[in-house]
Amino acid sequence: MAAIAGMLAASAQVQGQSRGPGRGGPPPNPRAAATVDLTGYWISVVTKDWRYRMITPPKGDYQSVPMTMASKKVADAWDPAKDVAAGEQCKSYGAAGIMRIPERLHLTWQDDNTLKMDIDAGTQTRLFHFGDWKSTGGEATWQGDSVAQWDSQGPPGGPPGGRGGGGGSSSGSLTAKTTHMKAGYLRKNGVPYSENAILTEYYDVVRERSGDLWLIVTSEVQDPLYLREPFILSTQFKKQADGSGWDPTPCSATW
Amino acid sequence: MVIVMRFQFSKTLVALGLLTAVGIPAWAQIDLSGSWAARNHEDSEDKFAGPSPVDYTGLPINEAARARALSYSSSQLSEPERVCLFYPPYYLMMGPFGMKMWNETDPLTGTTIAWKIGGWEDRAPTTIWMDDRPHPSKNAPHERSGFTTGVWEGNILTAYTTHIKAGYIRRNGAPGSDEATVTAHYLRHGDLLTVTMLVEDPIYLTEPLYRTRTFQLEAAPIAAMGPPCIPGDEGIKKSVVPHYLPSKNPFVNELTEQLHIPMEAVMGGAETMYPDFRKKIKDKYTPIEKCVHDCGGPGAGPGGRGGNGP
Repeated sequence: MAAIAGMLAASAQVQGQSRGPGRGGPPPNPRAAATVDLTGYWISVVTKDWRYRMITPPKGDYQSVPMTMASKKVADAWDPAKDVAAGEQCKSYGAAGIMRIPERLHLTWQDDNTLKMDIDAGTQTRLFHFGDWKSTGGEATWQGDSVAQWDSQGPPGGPPGGRGGGGGSSSGSLTAKTTHMKAGYLRKNGVPYSENAILTEYYDVVRERSGDLWLIVTSEVQDPLYLREPFILSTQFKKQADGSGWDPTPCSATW
Repeated sequence: MVIVMRFQFSKTLVALGLLTAVGIPAWAQIDLSGSWAARNHEDSEDKFAGPSPVDYTGLPINEAARARALSYSSSQLSEPERVCLFYPPYYLMMGPFGMKMWNETDPLTGTTIAWKIGGWEDRAPTTIWMDDRPHPSKNAPHERSGFTTGVWEGNILTAYTTHIKAGYIRRNGAPGSDEATVTAHYLRHGDLLTVTMLVEDPIYLTEPLYRTRTFQLEAAPIAAMGPPCIPGDEGIKKSVVPHYLPSKNPFVNELTEQLHIPMEAVMGGAETMYPDFRKKIKDKYTPIEKCVHDCGGPGAGPGGRGGNGP
């Protein structure tokens, strides 16, 4: 019982920012309505796909990825020197691939409607837009346009691009749908995703018995051109007390 | 019967009081029942063919674990007493299989007494007790499935497992002890279910091993029970324990020779899990020119080595 009580108390802290709309007043802005606190520094803990994440895998190593023949054709032609020459050394740092890179994240609120994720690997920034934000269009970017919403009790209609009607989602989680990405790589060795890819992510925070907080990112990439089926992964990050070790590095096409 | 019902009612009141006190709605639960199919889009080599005989990358093992792993010969699995060692509760995260989940309810109140995860291919079924029962004495028998209790934290089911048997944390002999415990979280998002497992092991790990895995709900049923792991005689002499003596493991250099992975990475340890380790090996690693075997891609076998498997 003591252990369970401890878990429950810990959970309450995880959901520390949770507040609903007040009676009679306007609904709180997304920052105030956050059902989980994602802010702070987080670090990748790489216990899976080590050979594909911690080092650059060799050309032609595509294990685990449900590639199409079109995808293989592109990946077989991977030439990092050409990417560098074309100024596209950030192709493996786009939104659909960057969460798998060993890295640190720094999440802050840019404003009441925008959650900002700075990433030291490749010195990239992702913005998660809440509310009725609309893309301004223009050229696609590495990080694309991410529309986000909080999930708490399993929205019957489902989040934007999310999985509605299927039993809900974890309390205290963020759902984000990202489109308008510049074509990039799912893996450093040239496994591609196209400009039409759609990335859906679910961000959960869990607290372990030690008190450590972990950020769990469940992701799904849909890209019929290059993927036979949605590419589904989960990736973990551990909460850091501060920004120690934060190490912004430029994109690299080979490492 | 009246006494029993009163007891249960008072337990419920206590539980509700506790939940209210910490601000978590007791009804904030979701249905986890169904057939959750594997989506093996990562670590497919580990899940299917198995990892290289010596590959401890990304494992926070200590010296004792490393020494024991290096002494391991896969022929040990032919020994009756070791046939079932691959299947501790955390095999759910290591193996290629999906899982069937269902809840068992109290016939009088309808409340969930336990969540069950069916077994598969020798993996023992798991029972997650939801009725506040305590974990057994530390001297109680250890089972392959362990003893697990669970609690809802909002819409997240958190489970804690003790009393497991010794086994392996990777399918190449990296060991886990019978003093290991596992904390798991079940995170559902529509038709996706992500399971996290944190393995703590005071005997073999310097810090917890954290794994996650995502399953997808499918209409096609997954069996609730696989065949049990049955020890059998596979021809190893009773007086022989297949093993390698210190510094005699013939596979020590395999990953370095085949894939150029530096030895300090192959030998594992907590530092190999973190981004900063890349700085240490950056100048020691050059990828081989081209993948030559087990490369995955379109048309590769189950699990993708590009697909899903069971």
